[in-house]
Amino acid sequence: MTRRIRTALSSVPLLLLGGCSNWQSALDARGASAISLKHLIVLIVAVCSVIWALVMIAMIHALWRRREAWRAPLDLRAPRERRIGWIVSICVGLTAVIIAGFTVASFFTTRNISVAGQDDLTIRIGGLQWWWSVEYLGPDPARGFVSANEIHIPTGRNVRLLLQGDDVIHSFWVPSLAGKQDLIPGRINEITIRADRPGTYRGQCAEFCGLQHAHMGFLVTADTPEEFAKWAEAQRATAASTTDDEEIAAGRDTFMRKPCAGCHSIRGTQATGTSGPDLTHVGSRAFIAAGLLPTSRGALAAWISDPQTLKPGNNMPLVPLSPDELRAVSAYLASLK
Amino acid sequence: MRIVVSLVCIVTLCGCQREERQLRLDPPTAAALDGIALMPNKIGGAPPQIYFALDRPYETNAYNLSQGKRLYTWFGCKGCHGDGQGGIGPSFLDGWWYYGPETVSIFASIRDGRPHGMPAFRDKMTSEQIWQLAGYVQTIGAYSAKTAAPSRNDDKQTRPAENRAPAAILFNEGPTPVHPDQGPQP
Repeated sequence: MTRRIRTALSSVPLLLLGGCSNWQSALDARGASAISLKHLIVLIVAVCSVIWALVMIAMIHALWRRREAWRAPLDLRAPRERRIGWIVSICVGLTAVIIAGFTVASFFTTRNISVAGQDDLTIRIGGLQWWWSVEYLGPDPARGFVSANEIHIPTGRNVRLLLQGDDVIHSFWVPSLAGKQDLIPGRINEITIRADRPGTYRGQCAEFCGLQHAHMGFLVTADTPEEFAKWAEAQRATAASTTDDEEIAAGRDTFMRKPCAGCHSIRGTQATGTSGPDLTHVGSRAFIAAGLLPTSRGALAAWISDPQTLKPGNNMPLVPLSPDELRAVSAYLASLK
Repeated sequence: MRIVVSLVCIVTLCGCQREERQLRLDPPTAAALDGIALMPNKIGGAPPQIYFALDRPYETNAYNLSQGKRLYTWFGCKGCHGDGQGGIGPSFLDGWWYYGPETVSIFASIRDGRPHGMPAFRDKMTSEQIWQLAGYVQTIGAYSAKTAAPSRNDDKQTRPAENRAPAAILFNEGPTPVHPDQGPQP
């Protein structure tokens, strides 16, 4: 029994450590600004832990110390008073020095992370209830394209993100790559991210923005520059307008006839709505509905058939579709790679 | 004293009761809401029975009004009707309703369109969304104030808040009719 308890107790720190390496963790820093933030976190936590331990030791010592009986409480003993005075002054001085040190450290960290070069890769991120619009702006406007809930970036390069809230205040947070930055309606905030190694990092809205705030996630995928160029070329393409598959053709037809096309865009078709996420390459993204479900034909069908049960309060209405129409539309969307 | 304290507690607890939001409308209910009965001239009529069974949710529920306000922007109503003052399309604020002031007529106008440029939104919106939008439009030009209000504007206020019965204010402005063709109801 004791052994079992001991095993259980020793597994707790292991489990806690496991939380440090994740695709969404400020302690698993993979980008320049996240690394300098992590250094700041470690510094402050370490110094504060030492101070806390010293204070605890002093307090426990004071509680346990045997005290000699003191006959005359009003009789001050000068040497003792002087000693106490010294100790208190030193502690106050140390506090001032440590806090000033923290201030300087955080000043330098902040200066490090807000470096924004005039890089050619600029992405406009729009925060909406409850998803992210992602617009790649390039030096050549004709080569820009729109996506949603998934950001791809090349490794080893600063990427400038222009953040704007399109309805309420949201906050852009990819803990492994950078700190938080708010998206505010009516103004554009900037943040620069940089990933040094390829990988997939999860981000999350970090400012309470309504009912489905918790389901407002996104992915940042860092690819090698060649992979990124290939991906961008694929995203720039419009959706195929012809297909041999009868079901997919029927699905496209249904999508255009039904209210779907009133809110969503699929480039290369008549669907040009802008209130919902762009679906031109929805089948190529890892998740649908802002990180709610992994993309698959079944998940797409489940989402379309009852969005208000999967993500109550979101702005996608339940569009009545017959089972055949639902099958066709989900096949069509899954085919949009 | 004890009675007073417990009464205060009960009253405070009542304050926790907030408006119900119906986020998911059962598909059969949504389908039934589509069944309005219009007069032969397409002006005025009766909403389906379920509309009353649900207690006129699209006119009195703040959540639905807010969703309607969102849809007003999303579906480009502003392009013709402005912020309610009108433009290419008629104004809602002046309280002059070409097709009658009932929500059911507004629903029919949005769903089926109207002559002289009002497009039909039947294939662009679900019937629940059309009801939400109709309820909101009705609120802009309502004759009596409502306790339920849609969300506030983020940008500059260009007119009184929707739920404050602006149409009545404009009607009482003076002898000059606000609308050039204002006369007896069509």
